[in-house]
Amino acid sequence: MAQEMTGQFKQSIDDNDMQTLISLIPYANLLGMESIQIDNEFLFKLAKRESNLGNPTLPAIHGGAIGGFMETAGALDLIMSAKLLHAPKVVDFSIDYLSPGRHLDIYAKCRFVRQGRKIANIHCTAAHAKFEDEPIAGINWDKPVAIARMNFLMS
Amino acid sequence: MAESTPLTKEYLQTLVDVFKHCKILGIRVHDIAGKKVSLELPYSEKIIGNPETGIIAGGALTTLLDTTFGLAVFTALEGKYIAPTLDLRIDYMTSARPGQTLYSEAEVYRITQNVVFCRGIAYYDDQEKPLAHCVATFMPLPVEVTGVHL
Repeated sequence: MAQEMTGQFKQSIDDNDMQTLISLIPYANLLGMESIQIDNEFLFKLAKRESNLGNPTLPAIHGGAIGGFMETAGALDLIMSAKLLHAPKVVDFSIDYLSPGRHLDIYAKCRFVRQGRKIANIHCTAAHAKFEDEPIAGINWDKPVAIARMNFLMS
Repeated sequence: MAESTPLTKEYLQTLVDVFKHCKILGIRVHDIAGKKVSLELPYSEKIIGNPETGIIAGGALTTLLDTTFGLAVFTALEGKYIAPTLDLRIDYMTSARPGQTLYSEAEVYRITQNVVFCRGIAYYDDQEKPLAHCVATFMPLPVEVTGVHL
């Protein structure tokens, strides 16, 4: 099983196939993560899902789910771009919550700020779309739900 | 209602249970002692972040800590305020261990008019050797003004 898994991993990375890579991570499936490739970059989507809700009276997406989504997006983007054979280890993760995560899809994009031999510094922005029927054209990047920064150790 | 409800372990558990994301992760209240709140995150396959090693995703830990901190703030403010998280930082001291229940502990160390400061850890069996340290700030909003309950 483990060997098969490793093979599928390597294949998805070789194929630049983010959606398959996501499907191999149980936690990413629990969140309902998806990816959208635009040119050479990946957008990540946290699909609207009841099980991601925190406070039910708002209702709002749990801050932990938003953080987990952004951290996973950062790690997956790094694995794919650096063609890592082993998952990177998160060293630290910091998130600013800027507006409530409403019970809608959330999108995230990552930026590699510095990638050294050992440490990669990644910033991630998460936002809702302005229009549900045409989300990619109108993601509210200038009014983010959250911004996060993280360091990963690559070994 | 919150004012008259004692902030017992059982009451905090009912709050955790209405958070669907906590429920699906299996988060439970471990202990409350004074103003310290401790939760637990049992190991399960669905929260694995690295299938190669069976280590859980950092995101599950983020939810554990954010929830623990939220309840610590709610407790410190005697249930009269809800407090959205402004920011949260986690430093990982070491690697997570597959197969083991993870515990968290949080305490509020400063309450000002507009911001509540909280700190805490995640650990397995030794609080002196935590898996992660965490600090976060929260913005208290009176329950009676927002009409929103935790």
